[in-house]
Amino acid sequence: MLHTVNKSPFQTRNLESCLRHALPGSAVLLIEDGVYAALQDTPFADMVRKAMEQVRFYVLGPDLEARGMEPSKVIDGIEVVDYGGFVDLTVEYGTVQSWL
Amino acid sequence: MSEVTGGVEVEEEIGGTVKKFMFVNRKAPYGTIYALEGLEVVLISAAFDQDVSLVFLDDGVYQLKKGQHTKAVDMKNFSPTYRALEGYDIDKLYVEKESLEERGLTADDLVVDVEVLTAEEIAKLMAEQDVVLSF
Repeated sequence: MLHTVNKSPFQTRNLESCLRHALPGSAVLLIEDGVYAALQDTPFADMVRKAMEQVRFYVLGPDLEARGMEPSKVIDGIEVVDYGGFVDLTVEYGTVQSWL
Repeated sequence: MSEVTGGVEVEEEIGGTVKKFMFVNRKAPYGTIYALEGLEVVLISAAFDQDVSLVFLDDGVYQLKKGQHTKAVDMKNFSPTYRALEGYDIDKLYVEKESLEERGLTADDLVVDVEVLTAEEIAKLMAEQDVVLSF
């Protein structure tokens, strides 16, 4: 299963809801304002790192780039993907749950 | 009446009361339309010669992040517009210290010169306003 989160972790608790429901082996893709959760140096980084022990994390590159955020500032282990990679993930993980 | 008096008097006549307007920006750019719409209203307000100040707090501080490149998401990069505000005599830009720090940012990461204030200082500033508009 692929979970997408498109809201900033500072604005909503959608990421936390998502992580409570993401089973081991599933994946989380951070898109739009959700990409801020992929960055080092936020209060959410530890929560994400902990979740990464059981769940794969991806972040959409074009949304990082739009917001002036460099891939080098992304938490180690989170894979940056492009739109093609997004499509591949939906195929690979099957069902998509959008935490809007 | 304005036609016959002309000059300086007209300005006084039209000018009226100057009110203190504060625009509070609390949303990140691109994910929602709030940031862009808020900026549009700020530019409109410039036409009315009011006492305008802008505050950026919570995710609003991300609006000012340097290095935004929006080509790949096919949206307008409006971050350069903040640099043009000075030309409209809008030069009171305040950014909340706590919001910056929480996001691992400093004033050097921003596209414009701003005054960094604590939440308490911003609260006081807010209380002095005639009108507060939130985006």
